[in-house]
Amino acid sequence: MNAADLTAWIRRAAELVTADAERLTALDAAIGDGDHGHNLARGLTAAADALAELPADASPQQVLSTAGRVLVSKTGGASGALYGMALRRAGTALKVDEIDARWLGAALREALAGIRNLGKAEEGDKTMVDAFAKAVAAYDAARHRGTDLAGAARAAASAAEEGAQATVPMQARKGRASYLGPRSIGHLDPGAASTALIFRALADVTGGEG
Amino acid sequence: MGKVGLVVVSHSRRLAEGVAELAREMGMHRVRVQAAGGDADGGLGTSPELVDRAVRTVDDGAGVVLLADIGSAVLISRMLAEEADTTVVLADAPLVEGAVAAASAAASGAGLTEVVAAAQSAYRFRKT
Repeated sequence: MNAADLTAWIRRAAELVTADAERLTALDAAIGDGDHGHNLARGLTAAADALAELPADASPQQVLSTAGRVLVSKTGGASGALYGMALRRAGTALKVDEIDARWLGAALREALAGIRNLGKAEEGDKTMVDAFAKAVAAYDAARHRGTDLAGAARAAASAAEEGAQATVPMQARKGRASYLGPRSIGHLDPGAASTALIFRALADVTGGEG
Repeated sequence: MGKVGLVVVSHSRRLAEGVAELAREMGMHRVRVQAAGGDADGGLGTSPELVDRAVRTVDDGAGVVLLADIGSAVLISRMLAEEADTTVVLADAPLVEGAVAAASAAASGAGLTEVVAAAQSAYRFRKT
């Protein structure tokens, strides 16, 4: 995996979130402020467009820090700040041009640390952390079993989807949804849902068609 | 050294401007208070560029205190405070009361730590 694959990841994430923008926004309308899907689609598309303007020899670090900066600036919500921070922290962790399974794992762990640190959310709070943490744990577990990068990315994508679904019975403890108290139970968290799409995009571009 | 500057970060441009107006008054017009409200187009949201520009406008060498309302305003302020050097601090304070307390302290010549403490003490102003 290299800088071009990271650029493809952001482009694929933009496609998946754009395709699902109505669903994400509807999820957000139930317990949030009803703008998640369209905001994030706009932010990721702007990030992908900015990456298309980078020089061909841009490093993985440059790709992710550029994508992160644009995402914060163009998404315009809490999710943009959180995903933007995640990408920038992941970029900082990538000090090589050719990313193997170990480097990608380090970058994903750093991204999760960035989200936790900025949002101060824990697992069980009904946020993107519930999907993201499950994905990173599944990635690491797969890698330790000797699975290659594509296989570990597929494991992460499945775990992110399961982590997102697991937010349905949770009561929100962060963000606008937390004001709803027990009435936030029974809804899928939109941030966890978009995290599942972002990990699906990673599995798609790392050759995980199978 | 100059006085501590304040930046009011809100989802709403009008809310930020209103709070900044009040804080300037309570700071006896001796404190630089800049509003950074709304997204880049003036709609509801938070613009990191707008906050960053406001910080540079009020920075007089004595430090800058950020006061934020909710959600992305808090997250983006937290991010900018962490990335800036130690002279930009996000106060853990309610927006209006925190801004008024911070402006009053800053006007008296208080340093950065004292102004942040004044803002944070605003949670203790009981109303009943």
